[in-house]
Amino acid sequence: MLYVVIVFLILAILMYILLGGADFGAGILELTTPDRMKTKLRKRTYETIGPIWEANHMWLIITIVILFVGFPAVYSLLSIHLHIPLLLMLFGIIGRGTAFVFRHYDAVEDEMQKVYNWIFTYSSFVTPFFLGLIFGAAVGGKIDPHAGDFLGTYIWPWLNGFSIAVGLFTVTICGFLAAVFLVGEAGLEAEKRFLVTRSRAFIVATVGAGGLVFLAAELQNVPLIGLLLNESLTLGILFLASVAMALLWIQLPKAKKAFSRFLAGAVVTAILMAFGYHYFPDMVILQIGENLSVFNSAALGKPIETLAWALLIGSIFILPSLGYLIYSFQREKAGH
Amino acid sequence: MEDLLAARWQMAVSLGFHIIFACIGMVMPFFMATSHYQYLKTKKPLYKDLTKAWSKGVAIFFVTGAVSGTVLSFELGLLWPKFMLHAGPIFGMPFSLEGTAFFIEAIALGFFLYGWNRFNPWFHWFTGVVVGLSGLASGILVVAANGWMNSPAGFDYVDGQYLNIDPIAAMFNDAWFTQALHMTLAAFVSTGFAVAGIHAYLMLKGKNVAFHRSAFTIALVFGAVAALLQPISGDISAKDIAVRQPAKLAAMEAHFETAESVPLIIGGIPDVEKKEVNYAIEIPGALSFLAHGDFGAEVIGLDQFPEEDHPPVLITHIAFQIMVGLGMALVGLSLLFLFSKWKKKEWLDAPWFLWLFVLGTPLGFIALEAGWTVTEVGRQPWIIYGILRTKDAVSPIPGIQYSFYLFTAVYLSLAVVVTFLLTRQIGAVPSYPSQDATLSDSSASQTS
Ligand code: HDD
Ligand code: HEM
Ligand code: HEM
Repeated sequence: MLYVVIVFLILAILMYILLGGADFGAGILELTTPDRMKTKLRKRTYETIGPIWEANHMWLIITIVILFVGFPAVYSLLSIHLHIPLLLMLFGIIGRGTAFVFRHYDAVEDEMQKVYNWIFTYSSFVTPFFLGLIFGAAVGGKIDPHAGDFLGTYIWPWLNGFSIAVGLFTVTICGFLAAVFLVGEAGLEAEKRFLVTRSRAFIVATVGAGGLVFLAAELQNVPLIGLLLNESLTLGILFLASVAMALLWIQLPKAKKAFSRFLAGAVVTAILMAFGYHYFPDMVILQIGENLSVFNSAALGKPIETLAWALLIGSIFILPSLGYLIYSFQREKAGH
Repeated sequence: MEDLLAARWQMAVSLGFHIIFACIGMVMPFFMATSHYQYLKTKKPLYKDLTKAWSKGVAIFFVTGAVSGTVLSFELGLLWPKFMLHAGPIFGMPFSLEGTAFFIEAIALGFFLYGWNRFNPWFHWFTGVVVGLSGLASGILVVAANGWMNSPAGFDYVDGQYLNIDPIAAMFNDAWFTQALHMTLAAFVSTGFAVAGIHAYLMLKGKNVAFHRSAFTIALVFGAVAALLQPISGDISAKDIAVRQPAKLAAMEAHFETAESVPLIIGGIPDVEKKEVNYAIEIPGALSFLAHGDFGAEVIGLDQFPEEDHPPVLITHIAFQIMVGLGMALVGLSLLFLFSKWKKKEWLDAPWFLWLFVLGTPLGFIALEAGWTVTEVGRQPWIIYGILRTKDAVSPIPGIQYSFYLFTAVYLSLAVVVTFLLTRQIGAVPSYPSQDATLSDSSASQTS
């Protein structure tokens, strides 16, 4: 049953990055869009993610619940050492979620819209940045449970080049997902052209930030490249992801929207899977060389078993209704 | 500020904030479904507009509830990592089921808010009901987790180790039912009276009276029925605590010395040093009766517990008095409402009558916060009753006060913005030229 839980954990993280990531990306895109295009983009964003954004964010909660029920040692350790970035991410989550809904449901349109927009766009950047940073810090090997001092215990585990690079990489991935997704929704030719250019810009940024992750890893003695070179499977997946990205670059203006979305999703899935495979079964890498893995930190026995059953039974209800929700609104749009 | 105190305050502020939005998120869907049902049956646009007006408010409340809940699921670890290290796997069952309930709620809300004119009307109506049902389910599940903290079950505690964990037994702990029942009723009481109070105020302003009267009635019927059941459920809770957490009951009643035939103390200010209560009204034997169903029964006092295991008496006692006092006031208002509906229809429009309900707007929520204070402060000094102390569970990180200040500031600003948005929503409610609203179809111009 442990494997059921692990599969759900990976699935929840993947879904959050894909669906939640596209949500964040819409805000990041808005942040980098010239004013004259913003209104249209906002409308587009709302039409596309309005009905499902709430559901998209459930994946984060599922991830957290799986962590604290199934892998309490990981949840507890990260809560202590990454307290500060977790707090910053939470402020991002509060700002983003509320500003997104408030700006749509405010009965009067006035100067307040500017405030909502400001909060929405900046927190769309901050949240995935810290999310990525937390991922990076978990596997960066700088967490030291025996550090006696404040900086060593609560700051250096995450305030380092590697974690920051992973944070930036996450931001670019979100922007990339949103831009490619919205290309398929664009109405006028000008809007489409704009989004295609943006998608390409984010492809460049993603590749750049990815390079930065490797560079930072080298500079900070995070053993990433050396290990990767020995894993042909990981390398192979990353190579395929690059090919898919190149294909996307060329095909984007002409391709069917389902096809380019599939490619973008596949790229991100491949990147996540490559790193997931690379680190498996470790979840947290500590400075002292010990690791918390899905095996040694699991609450084995009944807790994992009941959790697995709860997830299995839950998904019987959730997946079909979520699928129907997305399908209904997609079909609706196609019909008009 | 000391870190432990800051952490307790931060938890209290976050939960106290979340619970308001959670209650509204649980109960409003039922009000909406009622009005929506009326619309589908009578086709009066008034009911459609009411459903829509409410649903816009609910979207605002819902997102605030969702983000504050997300914050809570992180805060449990950020503030109490040593609690979660042990408790997570044991009391996690309700949380993992709650994940499903939330998901369904979020999906159903997507259908409901965006589904006007898109789906079969009854399917659309049904998605609204699902929002309410899954909200209720998630409320009951989290309360079961809280019940476990009050009444730990589903594991053996041996030499500081948590062995033989059984998450299902933990979920069905001894406290879950009484707490879940009382809490569910409380959600209906507090939301019902708050919504009714706002609409009573708008009726007094004389605009759209027909619209606001329908809203007032729907909300108050739910609220009044729940308010009448609340003392019965509260009595079940009290009897339960008398057995399970006698120290909490003693603190609620400021009952210092174990004795037989104990009086019920109403009001008063406990003096913990002198172990007495000043300025209180005493009803002889009543506490013995309420706790054990017998006027002569013995009630355990705080003297049976070592000093270090005493909950804070002053806060618990005062909070309990506030809850019960307001509970009785709400029973009074409910009886008045039901009596007027039955015998004195003319009262329903009388300004004095409406003003009473305007004054009643915050009472349910105050009672609710007070009740949670009783439960949570009355559990102190334990985070897991009898097993783990709150001070041993707190995060080692220094400077928790700063995150407490920040969160308080953020929540205060959110509260201000939500209030502001709500007043704007109310301002945007369409008006009707005549009392009987069937004449105008203002809803056609207004799609979400
Ligand atoms: C509208 C809100 C409201 C009202 C009118 C009342 N309560 Fe209450 N009470 C709550 C809202 C609440 C609550 C906030 O929902 C609590 C906190 C935890 C819980 O399960 O319910 C609670 C807890 C609570 C507890 C502690 C339960 C525990 O710790 O397990 C007792 C003994 C009572 N209540 C008793 C009463 C009595 C005798 C009332 C008589 C009128 C009453 N309550 C009215
Ligand atoms: C008695 C206490 C509580 C009740 C009755 C309650 C109930 C609810 C309800 C009904 C919602 C749905 C949101 C809405 O409709 O506005 C909600 C949201 C949420 N609650 Fe609570 N809650 C309580 C305490 C907690 C605690 C202690 C946690 C965390 C550990 C928590 C975590 C969440 C989360 C993560 C959400 C967001 C779900 C979403 O996105 O829809 N809640 N809560
Ligand atoms: C939403 C309604 C709730 C309110 C208003 C509430 C209120 C409070 C208050 C006032 C405290 C501080 C007590 C003190 O330290 O003196 C507290 C503590 C706490 N509550 Fe609750 N509570 C609620 C529900 C819950 C639920 C559902 C859970 C968990 C499942 C929970 C978990 C905790 C924890 C872990 C603490 C900190 C430890 C402690 O002080 O014992 N609470 N809560």
